[in-house]
Amino acid sequence: MAKFDLNDSGVVVIVGSGAGGGTLGNELAQKGVKVVILEAGSRIELQDFVNDEWESFTQLAWSDMRTTSGSWRVAKDFPNLPAWIVKAVGGSTTHWAGASLRFDEHEFKVKSAYGDIAGANLLDWPITLAEMEPWYTKAEDKMGVTRTNGIAGLPGNNNFKVMEAGAKKLGYKTVHTGNMAINSEPRDGRGACQQIGFCFQGCKSGAKWSTLYTEIPRGEATGNLEVRPNSMVIKIEHDASGKVTGVVYADESGAMQRQKARVVAVAGNSIESPRLLLNSASNMFPNGLANSSGQVGRNYMRHMTGSVYAAFEKSVHMYRGTTMAGIIRDESKNDPKRGFVGGYEMETLSIGVPFMAAFLNPGAWGRSFTSAMESYPRMAGMWLVGEDMPQETNRITLDPKAKDKFGMPVASVHFDDHPNDVAMRNHAYKQGAAVYEAVGATVTYPTPPYPSTHNLGTNRMSEKPKDGVVNKFGQTHDVKNLFISDGSQFTSGAACNPTLTIVSLAIRQADHIAGAMQRKEI
Amino acid sequence: MREVDRRSKYDRRVFLKGAATTVPAVAIATSTGLGVSDAWADDASTLTPATLKTLVKMARDIYPHDFLGDSYYITAVKPWDGKAAKDPAVKSLINDGVAQLDQAANERHKVPYVQVSWENDRVALLQRIEQTPFFQKVRGDLVVSLYNQKEVWPKFGYEGSSAEHGGYIKRGFADIDWLPKA
Repeated sequence: MAKFDLNDSGVVVIVGSGAGGGTLGNELAQKGVKVVILEAGSRIELQDFVNDEWESFTQLAWSDMRTTSGSWRVAKDFPNLPAWIVKAVGGSTTHWAGASLRFDEHEFKVKSAYGDIAGANLLDWPITLAEMEPWYTKAEDKMGVTRTNGIAGLPGNNNFKVMEAGAKKLGYKTVHTGNMAINSEPRDGRGACQQIGFCFQGCKSGAKWSTLYTEIPRGEATGNLEVRPNSMVIKIEHDASGKVTGVVYADESGAMQRQKARVVAVAGNSIESPRLLLNSASNMFPNGLANSSGQVGRNYMRHMTGSVYAAFEKSVHMYRGTTMAGIIRDESKNDPKRGFVGGYEMETLSIGVPFMAAFLNPGAWGRSFTSAMESYPRMAGMWLVGEDMPQETNRITLDPKAKDKFGMPVASVHFDDHPNDVAMRNHAYKQGAAVYEAVGATVTYPTPPYPSTHNLGTNRMSEKPKDGVVNKFGQTHDVKNLFISDGSQFTSGAACNPTLTIVSLAIRQADHIAGAMQRKEI
Repeated sequence: MREVDRRSKYDRRVFLKGAATTVPAVAIATSTGLGVSDAWADDASTLTPATLKTLVKMARDIYPHDFLGDSYYITAVKPWDGKAAKDPAVKSLINDGVAQLDQAANERHKVPYVQVSWENDRVALLQRIEQTPFFQKVRGDLVVSLYNQKEVWPKFGYEGSSAEHGGYIKRGFADIDWLPKA
């Protein structure tokens, strides 16, 4: 395994080891580029994952202090937990559900498709679906996405069967067990899904794709990739010409280290990535690194989300089996006649008793709440995930008071729903309830959004430097050897889960970075 | 369909054998079917037994599950004694909160909170303090300390950890048998 010197200024430093950083690291290593991944969390291998919601949360979740504001309910119920994401090697690919969907064509050009929407900072991506298709194909093959590359779909569990029966009664057409980066059969050195039911707690069988046990060990095997866990990057440094020269990070012991770099790629998720750029402000970049547009931290998106749980007369046991292997896609189109632009997906979801108590209706108590809890074995559940509007005022800023243990300002997350988000959520709640009522639900529970799992948009791509932070390759407009490699690049969120697009962009970016390095452009 | 055995998976012999130092009288009382004696709160160090008993009543009124015996609520609230011992602010939050609850109960019903006979009347008292830090602290803690007890899960038809049993691939992940034919 490689070990690079702190003064080796030839390495690419990647901040974060999740879908973006982990993939980019391996792709570059495969091409012979020397890479150091600095990961804030520790390395927890799959045999150490636990099938216990709170214990796993303690093991994996990013629980460092963050603050919140805005009218979203998360700010009231979970004021210091705006996002449910992971701090560990593999990042949120340890915790993700595996849903791997491509954007629709119109979702890369939302400004053209939706027009002017008051309060929304819409912009077309500088890339199209046609340009992305080959990269999507590579990502689907790498991740082993079901219903692509001749890979069979996963078998449907009880929760899916309830949703499917209801969907068919309502006349929905595109209903199946999803495009999942979870092996339905042994593939690529990993076994088939054992229907364990704890996808969010880290897949103990390894059937679900995660950079932790795919990209990262493969990159390490080349001798070109070194992963340093428990390494929290504090600041990115630059020289007098404005090129970045390396990063300062706190190592395992809390001691500050300086890793020199030829290129820096930031992939710390959409809250930490802009925080790092803002915390790297200097005389030359007084508003934060790569922030001449003022767009760093802005346009924070978290998807229109919500859940519908429904109680039936008889048992469902929704928690048995793959958490999210079930989808209804009929509402994902853009059909403004419904009263909103953009679309949403309906995906099976279950949580266990401990999380159901915490998230079904945060703060609720008394008999109506406990009656819902007692219907747990008779419950089916779905997650509603749709495109939310980018708004300039939804943003990550540096908290004026709160600091982390290294003395750096923590991220503050402000979010208000856009009226389009509210209209979409109400429509989705109604349709979700209708699906279950069609097969005999006795009660339905429109459940509010959880702390954000899809954090997007805070360093967005734009054609013109004034409209965003990075170009079509994730390269910052202001600093040519500084890249953004996570979902914060997203110009818009689309209806579907973001990971496949993050991975596709990372594969494409690796190609670009390696080429530019070879041509001595960076 | 494979239904879930609602009886606790936890062998009572484990409780009775040697674990007595860590498993309080509560568990033994439950596992032997004797019911919970009043003595469970007597070893409290910082909060009074009466205060702890009020917290237990309050816990049941916040999350009433008639199929759960008091032992689960006791397990959920008893750690407040230790937290109060470590932090004077917690001690006064709990003591003052309980005192105010009792005062309100006395004003309305001429008896302390635990003696108000109907749940609805007690819930009305709780609704008046719903926004207080005392209530919010107790509820916020309880939603984890009650529902995160592994012994409670089978009673809600939840089976907990599954990887060590090979997941559900051979244990009913797709055994639903009552849906209309698609």
